[in-house]
Amino acid sequence: MKTAVEIKDLTKRYGDLTALDSISLTVNEGELFGIIGPDGAGKSTLYQILATLLNPNAGSASIFGLDTVKDYRTLRRMIGYMPEKFSLYQDLTVQENLRFFASLFGVSVKDNFNLIAPVFGQLEKFPNRKAGALSGGMKQKLALSCALIHRPSILLLDEPTTGVDAVSRSEFWDILHSLKESRMTILVSTSYMDEATLCDRIAMIDKGHILKTGRPDDLISSIGKNLWQSSAKEMFALLEEYRKMPEVIDCYTFGAYLHIVADDNFNSRIVKDKLSQTFKDFELSKATGTIEDLFIKLSRENHNVL
Amino acid sequence: MSIFVSLVKKEAIHIVRDPRTMIITLFMPLVLLLLFGFAISTEVNNVRIMSVVDNHDENTRQILERLSVNNYFSYQGTIAPQEVDNVLRAGKTDAVLFLKHNGMAIIPQVVVDASNTTLAQTIAGYMSGVLNYGNSYRAPVLTYTLYNPQMKSAYNFVPGIMGMIFILICAIMTSVSIVREKESGTMNLLLVSPAKSSAIILGKLVPYFLLSCLILATMLSIAYTVLGLPVSSAIFNVIWVSLIYIILSLSIGLFVSTLVETQLAALIVSAVLFMLPVITLSGMIFPIDNMPEVLKGVSCIIPARWYTSALRKLMIQHLDVSYIMQEVSIIVGMTILFLSLAILKFNSSNR
Amino acid sequence: MMETPDKVISVKDLTKKFGDFAAVDHISFDVFKGEIFGFLGANGAGKTTAMRMLCGLSIPTSGTGYVAGCDIIKQSELIKRRIGYMSQKFSLYSSLTVNENIILFSTIYGMTKAEIKDASAKLYRELDMENMRDTLVKDIPVGWKQKLAFAVSTIHNPEIVFLDEPTGGVDPVTRRKFWELIYQASSRGMTIFVTTHYLDEAEYCNRISIMVDGKIKALGSPEELKKEYDGSSMDEVFRKVAETAVRDD
Repeated sequence: MKTAVEIKDLTKRYGDLTALDSISLTVNEGELFGIIGPDGAGKSTLYQILATLLNPNAGSASIFGLDTVKDYRTLRRMIGYMPEKFSLYQDLTVQENLRFFASLFGVSVKDNFNLIAPVFGQLEKFPNRKAGALSGGMKQKLALSCALIHRPSILLLDEPTTGVDAVSRSEFWDILHSLKESRMTILVSTSYMDEATLCDRIAMIDKGHILKTGRPDDLISSIGKNLWQSSAKEMFALLEEYRKMPEVIDCYTFGAYLHIVADDNFNSRIVKDKLSQTFKDFELSKATGTIEDLFIKLSRENHNVL
Repeated sequence: MSIFVSLVKKEAIHIVRDPRTMIITLFMPLVLLLLFGFAISTEVNNVRIMSVVDNHDENTRQILERLSVNNYFSYQGTIAPQEVDNVLRAGKTDAVLFLKHNGMAIIPQVVVDASNTTLAQTIAGYMSGVLNYGNSYRAPVLTYTLYNPQMKSAYNFVPGIMGMIFILICAIMTSVSIVREKESGTMNLLLVSPAKSSAIILGKLVPYFLLSCLILATMLSIAYTVLGLPVSSAIFNVIWVSLIYIILSLSIGLFVSTLVETQLAALIVSAVLFMLPVITLSGMIFPIDNMPEVLKGVSCIIPARWYTSALRKLMIQHLDVSYIMQEVSIIVGMTILFLSLAILKFNSSNR
Repeated sequence: MMETPDKVISVKDLTKKFGDFAAVDHISFDVFKGEIFGFLGANGAGKTTAMRMLCGLSIPTSGTGYVAGCDIIKQSELIKRRIGYMSQKFSLYSSLTVNENIILFSTIYGMTKAEIKDASAKLYRELDMENMRDTLVKDIPVGWKQKLAFAVSTIHNPEIVFLDEPTGGVDPVTRRKFWELIYQASSRGMTIFVTTHYLDEAEYCNRISIMVDGKIKALGSPEELKKEYDGSSMDEVFRKVAETAVRDD
């Protein structure tokens, strides 16, 4: 497998703030790779370095063997970059935006239309609508079309699903999967943890550090077996009850349930017997972990170390 | 289509699709020129005046006659001394002329409502003209007004307004349009594309340069037709000096855009750093010669000061190019300075 | 039979038109005291417009609505004193200190000096933030900032607080701590009206409404909705409901 992106000990500081603290990462060609982390984790800084917009303070990043600092001119032709918040010319129409970005790379919309056709989809119906008048989901698709129009070898998508509703988000991921079919390498960042499972591999990032890298399934199975879910009518009281138990390491809300991280002393039968007497509609069972559980676990462990 | 052409085309669309800005940029020069040319004028006409005379005789009659036929004055008649305070306070008149006899000689005295000092000074000046006429005791002061014989203030304002408009339109519009792309993130997209930074910069400057040429044409045609500035061959010199000044203003706009991150900041920096000094220190309203030495020094770094001065020499004094070499070389020097600073800063901050 | 709880929000046929376009199209619903009410909808479904009307910021074209006992048409000024509002986009002034923010907002809510003193003392005690009193808001960690923003938006003890996407982009740990605050406030009888893009958060709500094309298409508790739309999670339910949208904007 060929390496598409190679990041080594990359560090970026803004004054006193260390946005990226010596991170290392490898992305393979044709991979759909997710950078998962909350706001302020350093995702956008990483993207700007990869997009050759920013120079790192230390370390290096290369894409297809080309250094982002030294070989930026060559690299710029190969990258399709979609920044945070969809950067489009709001007063230009759909068609004008597309044509403009095509002309920047010296290509014609017609030649590469087959590539963007699946993305463009509904946009085709109103080529003369101004970009500013499009809905969030439409803007997102137009921005992706503009980033794709010059047939880049790698797509850098910085939080493409932020602020977009769940329907548009799932459509967008379908599009990314169909692009992956054409062997496109895609680096996508998100603060929605549930999107992690849609990637081939992910890097979890927080406060400038990479917490963990790997396949979502492998990462999830690393959470361990002592994860339980529980619910009752009085959720908040139940949460407080669990937190009082010495064998419970952590307890937090998770959708309709509480998730309980426990040590080996946790005996579900005893807990069940005890709590079902005080709580109405009490339930307790083994939980399947998610990336979100892992993130909570990792930041808890990090916090204890720091 | 080359990258450069499509950049220019895109910028042109921005300008055309924003009718509000478009109207302001095209009409503001017109409005300012006409406003300063007609409505606002430092000339004083129809000064209302009354007189207090202790003893009417041939001498006083002559003076009052001259006063009443003078175009600058509108004579309202004689009043009693005790009424003077009242009429001035009530604003019924602008000035009162006292004619008192000391033996045969008349001692004139003028009381002027100086709540508007400019008006008061002008009245006092006119009045001495009226009183000294045919006065045998003193040699009359002869004043010739050169270049602008009718003392039309419009002539004086045209160069000043042009100096201001170009800074306003070129510097503010260019900086705001560049910073807008920084804010929306599209600047990053341009930068990661193969487009060279020179193409990005020129793609921004050329449309505003063309717009400025249009404005220059409008302003010159108004100045030479409606405001009646005397046409002469100097107009060609006016045009090329203006073109250099436009490039200077664009460079300033570009420079500002590399310093700030938000459109609002761009607007404020352009306005505070360039607009206000242009209005106050370029000599457009307040004559530079009357300024304290410190401000005179400061005015030297105001680009509009040199442009306005060159234009005055060309448009009003009809001097030839050799007289404006100092101004032109300073403007050219400033252009080179700002442009290189801007390009250096643009390249360093984006790479 | 349960006793009828107090209605904190009661809306009937509320409509807002911009020209021919009905951004909000005859919506009717009630929210009861102490309830956590999730207000969901796709982008452009009319959520923001509806919420603006409920906060007294926009006058409806037709229909009636009562919020915290005030008529949203006739008493829009009074409403603003009786509700709290917080959004992720804006909540506190980052260049003011914690204490300056507290004083500013409590003054805006029309509290007296003595009330402010009591309320801020209580706030510091409950959040354990006394040591951050004179810290600039931009210098405090995001988790604290959120807690503070919520505490400030409810400092005047409103009957209801509107939370407009309060947790966007926030890490999962902070997000959970924030929801615990919401639970706590609701257990004290405060009504919570919340919009979110995180559908797992929708599960935390007592009841949920889903807006599509300006209308309320689904309304009920998470369990009821999951049953009705045959979905295993709110995410599935939301997609099934929102996919019926016809207008694209």
